[in-house]
Amino acid sequence: MPEARVIPLDGSSAPARREARRTERCAAVEATGQQCSAKAVADGLCGTHLAERERAEAVAAAPEWERKLAGALAFVRRRVTGDYPVDDFGFDPDLTDSVVMTALRPLYEKYFRVETRGLENIPETGGALVVANHSGTVPIDAMMTQLAIFDHHPAHRHLRLLGADLVFKTPLVAPMARKTGSTLACNEDAERLLTSGELAGVWPEGFKGIGKPFSERYKLQRFGRGGFVSAALRAGVPIIPCSIVGAEEIYPIVGNVKVLARVLGFPYVPVTPFFPLLGPLGLLPLPSKWIIEFGEPIATDEIGPNAADDPMLVFNLTDQVREVIQQTLYKLLLQRRSVFF
Amino acid sequence: MSGRVVLITGVSRYLGGRLAALLQADPTVDRVIGVDVVPPRQDVGRTEFVRADIRNPIIAKVIASAQVDTVVHMSVIATPFGAGGRTAMKEINVIGTMQLLAACQKAPSLQKLVVRSTTSVYGSSSRDPALFTEGMEPRAQFRSGYGKDSTEVEGYVRGLGRRRPDVDVTLLRFANFIGPRIDTPLTRYFSLPVVPRMFGFDPRIQFIHEDDGVEVLRRSVIEDHRGTYNVAGDGVLLVSQAIRRAGRPAVQVPPPAVSLVSSVFRRAGLVDFSPEQIQFLEFGRGVDTTRLKQDFGYAPAYSTRDAFDDFVRGRNLRRYIDPDRVAGLERSVLESIDRRRTVHA
Repeated sequence: MPEARVIPLDGSSAPARREARRTERCAAVEATGQQCSAKAVADGLCGTHLAERERAEAVAAAPEWERKLAGALAFVRRRVTGDYPVDDFGFDPDLTDSVVMTALRPLYEKYFRVETRGLENIPETGGALVVANHSGTVPIDAMMTQLAIFDHHPAHRHLRLLGADLVFKTPLVAPMARKTGSTLACNEDAERLLTSGELAGVWPEGFKGIGKPFSERYKLQRFGRGGFVSAALRAGVPIIPCSIVGAEEIYPIVGNVKVLARVLGFPYVPVTPFFPLLGPLGLLPLPSKWIIEFGEPIATDEIGPNAADDPMLVFNLTDQVREVIQQTLYKLLLQRRSVFF
Repeated sequence: MSGRVVLITGVSRYLGGRLAALLQADPTVDRVIGVDVVPPRQDVGRTEFVRADIRNPIIAKVIASAQVDTVVHMSVIATPFGAGGRTAMKEINVIGTMQLLAACQKAPSLQKLVVRSTTSVYGSSSRDPALFTEGMEPRAQFRSGYGKDSTEVEGYVRGLGRRRPDVDVTLLRFANFIGPRIDTPLTRYFSLPVVPRMFGFDPRIQFIHEDDGVEVLRRSVIEDHRGTYNVAGDGVLLVSQAIRRAGRPAVQVPPPAVSLVSSVFRRAGLVDFSPEQIQFLEFGRGVDTTRLKQDFGYAPAYSTRDAFDDFVRGRNLRRYIDPDRVAGLERSVLESIDRRRTVHA
């Protein structure tokens, strides 16, 4: 069979390149730091990485829209062939950064017009635990906090959320939660995240906070059993109190269909002024104006990991964190001109 | 002490055969005695084969007469597929282990017991921590299956460890085996032309490459590592990601249809989806292997991802969605745009 004529671009002879092709493995190093395991096609690279390099070369010359298209195509290729890293918790940064964060951004910037303060209190590197108040029927507050840190913190850190087990039991929600960096709110996972230097976020009020009636807005509920404090103590990482104003008003809960909730196995089935009255339209959150403020870190490293077994100290520390958040909430509410502006 | 005498149960199966081949090549091992109910398919070299069921009292005689000092128990089976039903499977796994351990307890020559267990003993549920360490208990109780059998087997093994403190007991909890040659429910699953997966779930799974698994078994026989160890390749793969890396299309099966689909596959003899397997495909599982790396001084050479890729390559699985073709397509789209731009400019 006659071979197609190849015009050599790099000066090396065709047989030499064929020889290299037969023996070599791809020389590229993947995002995970692993050597690519595929066979080299040309220039010591496999088809995938060859395309990647050519892309990078073309990018410099291409106009803006073409660069975006190239990025999008590369993303689609990675998704279709399964070529993306996933960490032990199931976190998929490729999907999170390119799709989820992009989808949330208009909500953050245009809809809720989130104002973020005190980002300097979050360390650039190393483990830390963000503890925040929970509200709003649907955990949009957690997602907004995640985006606030990812977009506006100088180190663009990922906030790894600790979620209730209902999240990991629910179809569609469960895989999405893991892919965006969440894991189960249990001591083992919290400690593993914190000791490996991740920034973790916890909303210790849980369903009591997020599903509370509108009349109790901005009144902090019980802070779980203080499990988050012991996790931070064991890992020796600072606790960063975070106060979120605005999320309470997105879906004001005026009633709770307890019977239906019990039948469906949900912690609550909310009734808002617009839901279920207006049907799907009632699912639209109200465009309240948000403020997220990160407070000064509470250091735990000098208390020592043994303190995690001292319940009195854990209770006191839990109360201290709760009190800081409550006071900050009152302060922010006074500063806010109105709910929507 | 002169050379060692090692007895391996389940020697006619893939891993047992490979371990026997490795051990008989080891100068510190004098004799390797393989036990199984069926004769080995491949040549076993200088391994002495005893065709017997471990439930048979003959085992006790073999252990006593050959002065066996190390027993490697790896005949616990994972599926009722070849065993002829769940009852027979349980009989082989649990009663077989009890009989074998009874014989071991009576053997004064015994110094070491290595048992192949599985990470299935941790179960799989929505309340699981991301990674299980050896000391953790399962969060959900299972009613039947491989996980339950293995939990019971482990219980009896611990019992023997208590009654014979002079015997070094090594319990190895392996993640799902994968590789170019081994045949497991999961290798069959990922070889399906169209892979069904659970609607709305995308669990994390871990693999251990067959080569790494055999090496860990060999080291636990030759070296001394008392205790329980998780054995898995580094990292995790999501089921959807693994299917994509195998270049197969996936179909999401909604919950009401799951039992129907699984029974069709089971009856067709394609893949054995036990209820336990289905739960695994819903919630997945991950284990921490720090203890293995520290005590054995050995980290599996293949990560979960590499092990899976090696399986895809080694089996010559036809990747219907070929990564090179996808990359080529991407290139041609961009090139055509490039060309258009140059023409216009």
